Amino acid sequence: MRTKQTLLALLMLLVCSSLMFAGTVSGKVTYTGTPAKQKPIDMGKEPSCAKQHPTPVTNETVVTGPNNALENVVVYVSSGAPDDGQVPAQAVTFEQKGCQYLPHVLPMHVNQELKITNDDQTSHNIHPLAKVNREWNKSQPPGTPPISEKYDKPEFISVKCNVHPWMHGYFAVLTTNHYDVSKGGGDFKLPNLPPGKYTITAWHEDYGTQTADVTITGNETKDVNFTFKAKAY
Amino acid sequence: MRFIGAILFTATLGLVVAAGFPARASAQEAPDVGPTPRLVVKPMESHIGNVTGHAAAAKSDYRRYCAGCHGDLGDANGENAVWLDPKPRDFTIATFKCRSTPTGTLPTDEDLYNTIARGLTNSNMPIWNTFTKQQRADLVAYIKIFSPRWEKEKAGDPIKVPAEPPVTLESIAHGKALFTKLECWKCHGPAGKGDGPSAATLTDSKDNPIRPYNFALGKDDSRFKCGDTNQDIYKIFMTGVDGTPMPSFADVIQPNDAWDLVHFLRTLQINRHGKENEVLSAAHGVIPPYVDRNPAPTAAPADNKSPGGGQ
Repeated sequence: MRTKQTLLALLMLLVCSSLMFAGTVSGKVTYTGTPAKQKPIDMGKEPSCAKQHPTPVTNETVVTGPNNALENVVVYVSSGAPDDGQVPAQAVTFEQKGCQYLPHVLPMHVNQELKITNDDQTSHNIHPLAKVNREWNKSQPPGTPPISEKYDKPEFISVKCNVHPWMHGYFAVLTTNHYDVSKGGGDFKLPNLPPGKYTITAWHEDYGTQTADVTITGNETKDVNFTFKAKAY
Repeated sequence: MRFIGAILFTATLGLVVAAGFPARASAQEAPDVGPTPRLVVKPMESHIGNVTGHAAAAKSDYRRYCAGCHGDLGDANGENAVWLDPKPRDFTIATFKCRSTPTGTLPTDEDLYNTIARGLTNSNMPIWNTFTKQQRADLVAYIKIFSPRWEKEKAGDPIKVPAEPPVTLESIAHGKALFTKLECWKCHGPAGKGDGPSAATLTDSKDNPIRPYNFALGKDDSRFKCGDTNQDIYKIFMTGVDGTPMPSFADVIQPNDAWDLVHFLRTLQINRHGKENEVLSAAHGVIPPYVDRNPAPTAAPADNKSPGGGQ
């Protein structure tokens, strides 16, 4: 009885301490200079999609927010993360809606299940242009079940639909579960990092990659900011 | 005195020459481009029937007949490549158009062997039926030295092609309904002339412009890229043409429906004499609208109470 209580207490202490000493890396992704103007998309050839967008949507190669915030940047722990190789059980979902990809950039772990759904009234073909992984190309007419796939090597894979040439997105296949994608304000947050030395990488589809080294010593939040130089065109 | 001077002069000259030339010489030792491929011929094999191909045996054939377009290094950078459209296959990627295997997988040895013999219509790849079986098998093995995928992966499992049902007007009508429903016309055009709304924007996986197949061209001699039998057409849309915009429909077409689509596609070859066009002209060239006789059941059918019932 007593040993059980002691064990339980020890376990509690362990759990608490690991929670207590979990650090966080957070920050903001911004740009300098003037980004290229994103062109409005003419979906006239696909009326069922065009009518879902009262105001035409634009390309999503560079998406910016207020105060020079840069969106759709994948920020991830590229080295030092302790849980490499742990494949999450739940799938990530890539949605085709209104002839757009939701989300535009989808991070996932190597070998994690990837589900692709088609909510549109039109056929799409999902054509991820993998170079390290296998390149495949599948048709998905309306009303068909989700496509289930996975990638076994880390790679940033450009995804396109050949039927609707404006549709463009990315799969970010990573060897870590510590990742985030910068949203409206350019903010990102990588929580639950035990003490240690880490390399944080920020990847943007047009502006390239940047890295920063950071050391977590305990229960603390380290600020890391990334600034990309905008390309004029 | 003069003698010593001469020796000194020669020695100094020698030193200058020795100091001046090594840098140049070493720069010439490792050229970026050159006639000698930096290539290791790995001991790859191919198995076609009872013929076994060996990569090493195809070395001179490859350099004489293939390297001009596909390149010494198999990277599609042969000296003729810039003039070609579509571009030669890049063997370093190991993505192949004509396969009997699912999209994203390696082709079988037979697939590659057949491609060499058949050639690729609408491209500069000729029909290599002058090679012996052994030569072709050796070349199939040689192609495998260019990509590590051949050492790590096996060829995909060939898709099963069921026996072809008879060509009927109903089969053609159903095929037409599928052509519309699966939106083949978006690229291939309503009449299969390769002029659909998305046709002009198509690019292959290397961003080179590419045309969808025009079914209406040619007469009895019209060929598809991956063969000219009905089985070949069946395979093309079930496996997809990897590296191009043509996707695989294996997950979305049932095997019998696929045969109906094959029969309809044959009628798009308007100048070709064949069973499909005979059936169609017997019906005065009119394809009736398709009526689904077996609509998907919304509830369990009442008359089918015993699933294991002896029939």
